[in-house]
Amino acid sequence: MAEQVMTDISHLRRSPLAHLEDILRESAVAGERGVAVREIPFLTQVGLRAEPGSAAAAALEAAAGVPLPTRVGETTGAADDTAVLWIGPDEYLLIAPEGSDVAARLTAALDAEPGAVVDLSANRTTLELTGPSARAVLQKGCPADLHPRVFGPGTAVATTLGLVPVLVWRTADQGAGQTYRILPRASFADYTARWLVDAMTEFAAPEVP
Amino acid sequence: MILIECPFCGPRDETEYHYGGEAHVAYPEDPNQLSDREWAEYLFYRSNPKGLFAERWVHSGGCRKWFNAVRDTVTYEIKAVYRAGEPRPDFASLTSASAIQEGAAK
Repeated sequence: MAEQVMTDISHLRRSPLAHLEDILRESAVAGERGVAVREIPFLTQVGLRAEPGSAAAAALEAAAGVPLPTRVGETTGAADDTAVLWIGPDEYLLIAPEGSDVAARLTAALDAEPGAVVDLSANRTTLELTGPSARAVLQKGCPADLHPRVFGPGTAVATTLGLVPVLVWRTADQGAGQTYRILPRASFADYTARWLVDAMTEFAAPEVP
Repeated sequence: MILIECPFCGPRDETEYHYGGEAHVAYPEDPNQLSDREWAEYLFYRSNPKGLFAERWVHSGGCRKWFNAVRDTVTYEIKAVYRAGEPRPDFASLTSASAIQEGAAK
């Protein structure tokens, strides 16, 4: 039997937007109409399925250390640690820092209860859009209501941006303007990033009255 | 652009949805007992009313859940939305303005 070679191959890993790193950095606009975008690669993402209120949901909540959100838009936990986003009435996405072993712990906790725990870390990448014009950029192509009246920090919805299905997640504000995380699937990430860079271009020029 | 009320996500643009045809078409109790004509009618024959029509929609750009809606095929107005498995609302009760609000609040 051939001997299995267990080598650390993490240095071979490429994020879906690694080739656009320079373009994203150079697209940043400073000033009071400023907006900037960057990729946050390799976040741990775990798809969770469980009926709310069931033993499976309780087991997942205990293992994650974070309650499951109960309605559309709601998130629980913290964006820089472990957060859970509401995707559907019985579907959630847990997001944790890179390299987390939370998926294995959740799988063990779910045991034989009806539900699902799937490691989806490579399914989506994360773009972070910041600055005073961040909402104006997103609203060019996102049909969801992003007004702060209904879309405050800690809100996340599954919607579309341009032609691409994405998750839009508003995290805690950083300085002026709002901070959004946009999670497209990996194969749509190139399109979404270039769409954002194009949408940001006009804010480098003075506002046309 | 039409706003469609998803029973789980609230009002969203129609571009997030896909259409699923007539609702409440029950699968035959015993398909093997049907004649070819009856089977063809189950598969392909749908009503095409002018007025209120119960139909299926899926929120494919959001929660990915199927639900039912009552739509007026003349005005395109969505009169009520309700979850899959729930009974169809009485069409007569949907003609008044208050009934529309009630259906949207569910």
